Amino acid sequence: MDVCLWWIGDAAADHDLLGTLRRQTEQVFHVTARAWLGRDRPTDSFDGRRQQHSSTRILKWLIDSRPEHATKVVGITDVDLFIPILTFVYGEAQLGGTAAVVSTARLLPNSGFRQDFDLFTARLMKECVHELGHTFGLLHCPLPTCVMARSVNLLHVDTKNPALCHDCQSRYAEIRKQGHEHHE
Amino acid sequence: MSKERTRILIVDDEEIVRESLSAWLEKDGYTLATAPDGETALARIRKERWSLLLVDLKMPGIDGLQVLEESRKLQPDAVAVIMTAYATVDTAVAAMKIGAYDYLVKPFDPEELSLMIQKIVTQQALVRENVLLRKVLKRDYHFRDLISKSPVMQAVFDLARTAARSNSTILVLGESGTGKELLARAVHAESPRSQGPFVAVSCAALTETLLESELFGHEKGAFTGAAVRRKGKFEMADGGTLFLDEIGDISAKLQLDLLRVLEDRHFFRVGGSESIHVDVRIIAATNRDLTKAVADGSFREDLFYRLNVIPIHLPPLRDRLEDLPLLVEHFLEQLGAEMNRRLDDVATDAMGLLMAQTWPGNVRELRNVLERAMVVASGRVIQLSDLGLRRPPCADVPSGGVLGSLDDVERHHIGRVLQESDGNISQAARTLGIDRATLYNKLRKYQLRKDGEPETEHPESE
Repeated sequence: MDVCLWWIGDAAADHDLLGTLRRQTEQVFHVTARAWLGRDRPTDSFDGRRQQHSSTRILKWLIDSRPEHATKVVGITDVDLFIPILTFVYGEAQLGGTAAVVSTARLLPNSGFRQDFDLFTARLMKECVHELGHTFGLLHCPLPTCVMARSVNLLHVDTKNPALCHDCQSRYAEIRKQGHEHHE
Repeated sequence: MSKERTRILIVDDEEIVRESLSAWLEKDGYTLATAPDGETALARIRKERWSLLLVDLKMPGIDGLQVLEESRKLQPDAVAVIMTAYATVDTAVAAMKIGAYDYLVKPFDPEELSLMIQKIVTQQALVRENVLLRKVLKRDYHFRDLISKSPVMQAVFDLARTAARSNSTILVLGESGTGKELLARAVHAESPRSQGPFVAVSCAALTETLLESELFGHEKGAFTGAAVRRKGKFEMADGGTLFLDEIGDISAKLQLDLLRVLEDRHFFRVGGSESIHVDVRIIAATNRDLTKAVADGSFREDLFYRLNVIPIHLPPLRDRLEDLPLLVEHFLEQLGAEMNRRLDDVATDAMGLLMAQTWPGNVRELRNVLERAMVVASGRVIQLSDLGLRRPPCADVPSGGVLGSLDDVERHHIGRVLQESDGNISQAARTLGIDRATLYNKLRKYQLRKDGEPETEHPESE
């Protein structure tokens, strides 16, 4: 299992940040994760009327542009994302699929203090793990502190831990087991 | 409610809306389906149960409001939320009038949508839980066809359940309409004899000779008209239970005959010489005060003790008025099924009037009042006027401003019902919820004529 964390934002990639996300991904899901710095970017995701980027279009682009070695790809971007029916999303993922996208746009704290950067990193880490969890087939968790809990505001994001709760760990183990049996 | 049981139908003519909304909700574990237009939506609503309908307001053909209106008829329990791109007060009012839970303006704020769905799911879970709890409660309040939550009746049920396991004779005491036969049937059904027959005889309905033949049977030629040999109720009840209702009204001769059967379970058919043995459990019932009857010599003391092995006293309805709402609900369901009519409730003032009655005819009278109300009610709720009861019920109190005894109240009430019935005994008995024999007994007791007037001068009639 090779998870590719791909920076697809407008700003330059933050290697330290990507390294932190990679380690957390490996720790939570017991997979090999790699930071990918490919230069390609989605071109048709911007919606002029809404002044936001369509996360669904980015997902489609990620599936088509996924590096060969990657079984799953998480696009990380700094643009604001939306799906047609909602005003914004922090991210989107294919449930039980291969691609996910996460935006940093609404996770940034207002000031530029160091502790705020730590908070921002923690938030991004949680949303990355959350969306990747969906690609493994995990649903939203009713436990507010589980990383798989639904977040519709920053308070929800900050309440979560960056890891799976006990129940979600069991579900994940079951999914992986079924996946192995399926491949055998 | 578990999320898998929450079924959401998304109705929108825009594919992208259907897809993105279902993909967003899918991750919460709900069961989802989509419909591209009103017609498809209604077809799915007709076929399947839905918890939540998210319906776009403007669609070609059948629009959102029409879907909403029709869904109210097809699945009133499904919660409907209208989605619209252009929110106007008129739209909102129209949607709410038809019964929409709320409306959402596209695109939705994720927090708003999430909160609304959580609220709906929680509310529906509570409703389901409430239904389940009520079912459990009802089960606890039931003893076969008898229903009560009053501590006195619960004790009666406990005693009856215990008594059912034995073979001992039971004497059920209680006013007319309190459910003496229902209790006897329940005891039989709970007893090891439940596979055997349950035979009921009303001792007050027959003359002495007829009752004798009815109970013990007769041989061919035993009396004029006895063309063939006929089995009596005792034989018919062999292996089961014999219910002897109105036992306090049988003649002295029959009291003696009955005593013999109870002593050795043997008897002779009328005109017969062959001793017949039966295995019968006796449940007797009366609305008379047998202790008093024994004291005044009209009922054999030895028979009384034979019958009074396990006495069970059924309290009158006026002593367990806390059961009234439960009984009303029970009868609305029962009568609704019989009459193929659905009535949901009784209006508060109507229930107040029911609670204020003295119910001389007890539960049977209540059932009759509700049956009448169900026939005349025009809506889904029984109104005060549907009951056909007079207000204030304290008018039944004897005149003169002095509160009378229960006998006074009963005497007055019976007199008034007879007057209303123009002396028609059958009609008056029906209204009172008692049988004709009991009504005649009461007329004798209170010295009333068929027209409700006193036989002799009575101070209250002045």
